[in-house]
Amino acid sequence: MNNTKNTESERMNFWEKLYIPEIARGLGLTLAEMFKPKFTRQYPEERWEPEGSYRGRPVLVNEESGERCVACGLCSRVCPALAIEVQAGETEREKERFPTKFEINMLRCIYCGFCEEVCPEEAIVMSKDYELVFQSQDDAIMDKEKLLVPVAQLQDRLEFLRQYR
Amino acid sequence: MPEILWIVIEASVKALALVAGIQLMAALNVYLERKISAFAQGRIGPNRVGPFGTLQPFADVFKLFMKEDIVPKNADKFFHALAPVLSLSIAIAVWAVIPFSSYIQIGDRIIYLGIAPDINIGLLYILAMTSVGVYGITLAGWSSNNKYSLLGGLRSAAQMISYELSMGLALVGVVLITGSLAMNDIVNDQVNNWGGWRWNIFIQPVGFIIFLIASFAETNRAPFDLPEAEPELVGGFNTEYSGMKFGMFFLAEYANMTTSAVLIVLIYLGGWALPVPPETLGLEQGSILLAAAHFGVFFAKVLLLLFFFIWVRWSIPRFRYDQLMNLGWKVLLPLALLNVLVTALGVIFLK
Repeated sequence: MNNTKNTESERMNFWEKLYIPEIARGLGLTLAEMFKPKFTRQYPEERWEPEGSYRGRPVLVNEESGERCVACGLCSRVCPALAIEVQAGETEREKERFPTKFEINMLRCIYCGFCEEVCPEEAIVMSKDYELVFQSQDDAIMDKEKLLVPVAQLQDRLEFLRQYR
Repeated sequence: MPEILWIVIEASVKALALVAGIQLMAALNVYLERKISAFAQGRIGPNRVGPFGTLQPFADVFKLFMKEDIVPKNADKFFHALAPVLSLSIAIAVWAVIPFSSYIQIGDRIIYLGIAPDINIGLLYILAMTSVGVYGITLAGWSSNNKYSLLGGLRSAAQMISYELSMGLALVGVVLITGSLAMNDIVNDQVNNWGGWRWNIFIQPVGFIIFLIASFAETNRAPFDLPEAEPELVGGFNTEYSGMKFGMFFLAEYANMTTSAVLIVLIYLGGWALPVPPETLGLEQGSILLAAAHFGVFFAKVLLLLFFFIWVRWSIPRFRYDQLMNLGWKVLLPLALLNVLVTALGVIFLK
């Protein structure tokens, strides 16, 4: 085997060695590209609406009668990033237990969805919210007030979850 | 008013206008560069600052002003600060001999658009200035005390010296035909013959291609942007520059790009030659209207060339270093010499 024979000058013909026709072809390609339609999304004006399968910020489902959560603590137990903190309390109502404190640290959350999977009450689900911006680390710790979302806004996700029940 | 005072006032007004104009052209270049690169890549490009993003370059420069100016600990502080100033001032100095349009006649006074377009060493001055331009980049590379910067600076020096030869020799062909080094004469020679269509590109096509390639190399634009080759040299000579010092290199690069485009238009593409003789349009030589028309034609050609420069940058990959040297010394230099010989014979036997 003599590899030195396969040089640039032997592989190319005269016109390729001149480079100019090839350069012109390359230029033509980029020129054609300039007039093709663009695919850029104008983000703040034109927002992306995720499908039901999207795992965004985990939220608590809020019904008319109050939150679904019964503070069993399974989500907190399963959370691989230790982001969830739950403290249980009792009431006189039919559903006796409720969380007195429910906090998710969004700086720790890895959006794995284990909390949602393990929840026996379908009380914590992943929302479509992907715009998570914080001014400070304290802002990133979401309490019940920020976590509770009306059930009507979460229909897509609940339907998606029901396919796999 | 004494004549000398008038000359001083005229020159300084022109100089101020020129410096402002060059900065604006650099801003326009930055905008075009970003828009065209975006279009070539299927993006939209800047569209937030101002209408269609036209104020984007000013936002960029403002950002550079706000940035911290970092000087490496072991850098040569004086030369580190001098290099960008040198680059930018030389890039601007070239414009002293460049004419923008035909003259305006007011009374019996003739005003040229350009500081000294009639000077009889115009081309030599331009070549000299572009060769000095390499000092800025080499000094920047050396004074940063960084091996990547030094490599970038050295590459730039080698590249500029290699391509300057062919550039100068390509111009010799034009000088032989025109018989003058003054920019005005070179342009007028193209404008006044063959009804404004005796462009040098038609009688010097080889010289034009050599000059075009060499000016790409001289301005450190892709495909010859080895001095700042990002993947290999982390930015080359301007690795250690930040803030407005980097901004000055940036401005100098775009000013150089404009200079090259202007030179190509003036020397090879007929300058401000109108497509039809001005007499048919009823415009008088020396009137402001004709000068404006000439300037419009000239500026349109410059814009087209700038588009070409940017278009090439976003189409063609960078040369390898040995390919660059082979092209410069083994292809362009012999071609340029041959071109000079053929042109000289042509001038002797056909004139």
